[in-house]
Amino acid sequence: MIQFQYVKPSKQKAAIDTVAKDETAMFIAGGTNLVDLMKRGIVNPEKLVDINKLPLRKIEKEDGHVRIGALALNGAVAEDKLILEKHPLLSQALNAGASAQLRNMATVGGNIMQRTRCNYFYDTAMPCNKREPGSGCGALEGYNRMHAIFGHSDKCIAVNPSDMNVALIALDAVVLVSGPKGDRKIPFAEFHRLPGDTPQIHTNLQKGELITSVDVPEHPYTKHVNYLKVRDRTSYAFALVSVAAALDMDGSNIKSARLAMGGVAHKPWRLNEAEQFLAGKPANEATFRQAAEIAMRGAKAFEHNKFKLKLGPNTIVQALKNAAGAV
Amino acid sequence: MDRVDGRLKVTGAAKYSAEYELPNMAHAVLVGSTIAKGSIKSIDTKRAENAPGVLAVLHYQNSPKVPGYAQEAHPTEPKPAGKPLQVFIDNQIHFNDQPIAVVVADTLERAMYAAKLVKAQYNVDKHATDFNQNVPKAVLPTAAKRNPKHGLADYVRGKEDAYKNEPLKIESEYVIPTEFHNPMELQSIIAHWEADNRLTVYDKTQAVIGTQNAFAKDWGIPVENVKVIATFVGGAFGNGLHTWPHETAAIIAAKKVNRPVKLMLTREQMFTMVGYRPHAWQKVGMSATKDGKITAITHEAIGQTSSYEEFTESTLQQTRMMYTSPNVTTRYRILPLDVSTPIWMRGPGEATGAFALESALDEMAYVLGIDPLEFRLINHTDKDPEKNLPWSTKYLKEAMQMGAERIGWSKRQLKPGQVKNGEWLVGYGMGVGTFGANRGRAKVKGTLHKDGTLVMQSATTDIGPGTGTAMVQIAAQNLGLPPEKIVFELGSSLYPPSPSQGGSATVATVGSAVHAVCQALKQRLTSMVAGNADTSFKGATVENLTFKDGYVSLTASPSARLSFTDILKQQNLPELEVSEESSPDNSLRQKYSMYSYSVHFAEVQVHPLTGQARVTNMVSCADAGTIINAKTAGNQMIGGAVGGIGMALTEGGVIDHRFGRYVTKDFAEYHVPVHADAPNISSLFVNKPDLINNPNGTKGIGEIAIIGVAPAIANAIFNATGKRIRELPITPDKLI
Ligand SMILES: Cc1cc2nc3c(=O)[nH]c(=O)nc-3n(C[C@H](O)[C@H](O)[C@H](O)COP(=O)(O)OP(=O)(O)OC[C@H]3O[C@@H](n4cnc5c(N)ncnc54)[C@H](O)[C@@H]3O)c2cc1C
Ligand code: SF4
Repeated sequence: MIQFQYVKPSKQKAAIDTVAKDETAMFIAGGTNLVDLMKRGIVNPEKLVDINKLPLRKIEKEDGHVRIGALALNGAVAEDKLILEKHPLLSQALNAGASAQLRNMATVGGNIMQRTRCNYFYDTAMPCNKREPGSGCGALEGYNRMHAIFGHSDKCIAVNPSDMNVALIALDAVVLVSGPKGDRKIPFAEFHRLPGDTPQIHTNLQKGELITSVDVPEHPYTKHVNYLKVRDRTSYAFALVSVAAALDMDGSNIKSARLAMGGVAHKPWRLNEAEQFLAGKPANEATFRQAAEIAMRGAKAFEHNKFKLKLGPNTIVQALKNAAGAV
Repeated sequence: MDRVDGRLKVTGAAKYSAEYELPNMAHAVLVGSTIAKGSIKSIDTKRAENAPGVLAVLHYQNSPKVPGYAQEAHPTEPKPAGKPLQVFIDNQIHFNDQPIAVVVADTLERAMYAAKLVKAQYNVDKHATDFNQNVPKAVLPTAAKRNPKHGLADYVRGKEDAYKNEPLKIESEYVIPTEFHNPMELQSIIAHWEADNRLTVYDKTQAVIGTQNAFAKDWGIPVENVKVIATFVGGAFGNGLHTWPHETAAIIAAKKVNRPVKLMLTREQMFTMVGYRPHAWQKVGMSATKDGKITAITHEAIGQTSSYEEFTESTLQQTRMMYTSPNVTTRYRILPLDVSTPIWMRGPGEATGAFALESALDEMAYVLGIDPLEFRLINHTDKDPEKNLPWSTKYLKEAMQMGAERIGWSKRQLKPGQVKNGEWLVGYGMGVGTFGANRGRAKVKGTLHKDGTLVMQSATTDIGPGTGTAMVQIAAQNLGLPPEKIVFELGSSLYPPSPSQGGSATVATVGSAVHAVCQALKQRLTSMVAGNADTSFKGATVENLTFKDGYVSLTASPSARLSFTDILKQQNLPELEVSEESSPDNSLRQKYSMYSYSVHFAEVQVHPLTGQARVTNMVSCADAGTIINAKTAGNQMIGGAVGGIGMALTEGGVIDHRFGRYVTKDFAEYHVPVHADAPNISSLFVNKPDLINNPNGTKGIGEIAIIGVAPAIANAIFNATGKRIRELPITPDKLI
């Protein structure tokens, strides 16, 4: 039997101290990712610190933002009135992820932290620099259909599989963390990393740091939003490519836009230049196509994911069309 | 009628093989190889053996010998057609994730943990797993080499490859990837040596008697000393038709630790250890006259098999008999690779073949500018052009008409890309399926008790189609007894022999024996009442009696009636037992050609930018003889259609050929359709009896439910988009 200790502290400080001090300790929230990884021998914590007793489940309106507790369930956030009203893009992204059963277990903190679904990462008989630094990247010259077209390195070409993260980066969310050295705020765009030479380091969260909540600032994108996820089956599959599109419209003109992609990089991929291009333009297919072309600059595909070079821009165009048309 | 075991299933009371708890039971977990070809240099089991609770770690160096393994399975010449993988006999590796050791422990968790500690070193040989790279190594199956008349041998009707010289022709290649059965229930077995030479297994299998015979032979013990229990089977789709290494591994383990041993495969192992629908390449050449008469078809296929066992299937059968074409050529080859052996998967062979044939038909229809339904009707044949025999029954035209009406075929435009729903392109397509209306030999025992209940037994299985329910209904109709008074017991080798549940043959096979049991019981009851001197029944014969609601009455004067119960009481009999065996009438099988038919109509919508394809409506119609139970038959059709949607749009195994190892080994990477992929599916039946096939008039449904679905969808996608996708599955990347 895999032996591990299990503790369920009711004080945040106790939880943080335990993980900070013990090299082999990890937080567990919904367990929907971590337990799978443990069963397959990919991560082997000797101590699990269950954080479910901590009071981090609330979704509340505060000055200038909505604060979502790290333990709020994916399903609960997606259906929350405040979220539907203020951040419908986030709701759509959450509902595009996993299945209803999983969304009712999975937490916001766990979703941010979920590991890649790269086939080679999951099979301990295969090489993978992320799982076993130095063993090589199985996907680079292997089956890389699901893999990155932006920001990859020759050490790792994996993608961040989360749908929620794509909406959160588009909405300029901020991650609030608490650690042994105190509290800090990490802008969403700086939370996840590119693989570089250290694909085993997956985020900028430090050992022992706990995500306590996510702040989603106020913004005008409440009407014209769309999260479009293209996948190998209609539901319950990870994205081949997904796009979070949000428009602030003035009649048929775009005042400003937010645009991000999923399934294309080691982190949720914000498309700043395309956003700038869209601002002030008429909302039509030609504009969207140009924005998509700007968005795709610098993309580089591999043997099995070349289709993303075409599916990516197409999905951007369609998501923008949906957003512009959505009332 | 509702399923007789429906309540047990939905309440969890139905017991599947892995759910039995035996005293002192131990748990076994298999360790798989991490190379595809070579040999084990060394195997380190020390850490596993020392792990808590571990009872044994068995592998080729220390495994108890299976005496039957020593016997050559196929002593004949020329070269044998191979034999199943024998576990733990030597250090040779034939495929990636081949079982190399079994770890037995007192709990499942401890066995799982210890299994991870077993480490093997290998001498690696160069493997061949890439189908495309190895096509030149494809060979004629041994059976066809031995016998040029064999169904797998090359076939020429009329002129060979006649399409080549015709002006109006098409020629296309089609590929289907490896597909996996993946029934909900994982393959599992509990092996229990009740004595040195007496073995009981609770085994997930479609073949109770076949499994009994295999294990008796393996262990050199009398057949009656092996008991196989498979009361409930949670789906199988064919992968319970073979005895697999994990079964023998569990029996070996039970022998070694002298305790009952439970072994359940993991979902990942379901992809590597218990068969699959083989990767296949096909090519179809077809020619036709301007007015739509097919003049020639050539259909070639290569299917993957393992290096140690020849797996073949009837991929090209449909092409030989389905359409009138005077010239037909078929060529079938197999390609041995360093992979595990495939096994029949729902619609085995035909589902693969139909994808190519029915896609080609659609392509030809477009070349000719003829409606694909019309094209099929033009080439409809009223006799079997292969065997030159009349059909026992064939109501395919009726099925086509029903289906076309239901789907609204008239809305279809011949030219692709014409119909739209908002941004989505709408298309309609069809595909025809057929499968031999097989029937085998089975025996059923029926016991009519004096309380008026009938208990029947036979060693068939029910992998989900509702076998017990159908048998109860057949008996109810034939004996005149309410269904609630009838029980049908199956899934045990203690019962009279029946073949495996496969080839859509169970209702025809076992149902005929049930029919015979009812006839025999009626005969016996008739003799009893007829011998009753002082009643009006004196001298009665079965023909002038009516059997209804548990009573016998004179047809001419129904007021004179006796209950079955009273008849037995009068005779002082506690029960009346009959056993009947029923076999197909071979003389009829030589006079008629017997097939079931299906036709599937699909409506799809495809998004032009994102390539998402959705089946929005599906109508599946079958000519499957008499429908015994509309609900369970409908379930079969719907299940087959969903399987076909998976085949068409989502399912496909992928091997990383550098390692010869699958990279799609769980449900996150291997996509079976989910509810959102399955639209409203209508199933329609012609429901006309085939009394030449068997006395109940039934023909099989299970296979034809999937055969022809994938091409219907692929053809609909062409109709929607003008894109002809010849390699499955049709994922979004292929449509942008
Ligand atoms: C079959 C399947 C399909 C899925 N499909 C999708 C999909 O389509 N789209 C999608 O977006 N996701 C999908 N998921 C992933 C799912 O969203 C994640 O598993 C889930 O969000 C993880 O949340 P959790 O609370 O269960 O995390 P856990 O499994 O408990 O934890 C995951 C990781 O986060 C860490 N962690 C958890 N909480 C905190 C915290 N507060 N602070 C710091 N670290 C923390 C843990 O230590 C662990 O390393 C799927 C998952 C499965 C199993
Ligand atoms: S892409 Fe990254 S996660 Fe996948 S095999 Fe390469 S290193 Fe491992």
